[in-house]
Amino acid sequence: MTFDLILFYIFGAILLGAALAMISVRNPVHAALFLVLAFFAAAAIWLLAEAEFLAIVLVLVYVGAVMVLFLFVVMMLDINLARLREGFAELLPAGLVVAAAMATVLTLVITRFIVMDVPERAGADYANTEALGAILYTEYVYPFEIAAVILLVAIIAAIALTMRRRPDTKYIDPARQIRVRRQDRVRLVSMPSSPEVSEKDRSE
Amino acid sequence: MGYQSQLMITLSHYLVLAALLFSISVAGIFLNRKNVIVLLMCIELMLLSVNINFVAFSFFLQDLAGQVFVFFILTVAAAEAAIGLAILVLLFRNRGTINVQDLDAMKG
Repeated sequence: MTFDLILFYIFGAILLGAALAMISVRNPVHAALFLVLAFFAAAAIWLLAEAEFLAIVLVLVYVGAVMVLFLFVVMMLDINLARLREGFAELLPAGLVVAAAMATVLTLVITRFIVMDVPERAGADYANTEALGAILYTEYVYPFEIAAVILLVAIIAAIALTMRRRPDTKYIDPARQIRVRRQDRVRLVSMPSSPEVSEKDRSE
Repeated sequence: MGYQSQLMITLSHYLVLAALLFSISVAGIFLNRKNVIVLLMCIELMLLSVNINFVAFSFFLQDLAGQVFVFFILTVAAAEAAIGLAILVLLFRNRGTINVQDLDAMKG
């Protein structure tokens, strides 16, 4: 067995173990942390397939941003764990049967029919990031720009969905401030002066 | 090929790993079908297994297009997670629950 294959088995075992733990733990926070572990193991497996840039992106974007978002939401929501776990035991056989059937069929098909020669490893002078950038900004530049628009839409949608106007917060509306006129703020009242009161005050 | 497959990481290794991961996440959707957060996490796991397939084929065909595809899948998945979690927060704020069984306003 080569060193590659040993590493593959180690990280594959970590990946599958973390996935199994993720779907079976009681606490959603623990599930999110196991998913983080699964992403780390998957990044290691991508490194073995010479996808260095994507492995780093997986750690940075998924572990760094998406999973932190998940953890943030899980911790922000005050959820009743006991109710969410109802029916876990009776669904367990069905889930196991479906998963086992799927895994068996897929594995049979893959190992029987899909065979490819193992390519040579790239040399030390091969830069995956450079090669990916060279085609991403030329051949795939329009999909790349569409991806940017998708991210913008996601930002706007997430903000627009979760933003709410609270009536009790004190905020300033610039339009109303500009629209205000003198008559709205200042009222001139003509009152007679009252010397008696002021003299009495002075005597005291 | 048989001798080679004993020693090196073949395409089948990656594909079987991805297939097992996909099956586990399908089982997770069955088991946790009340908890929307864990359902979203299972979907992320499914996307990860599909991405493993893309990366493996990209390596074995020596074609970078597969990695570009993974790049775009990661982008769309990040957008999906952001919007999904925003909807989830909104749901919890309005209904006070994330139990799928309680979300039957449309009587589907």
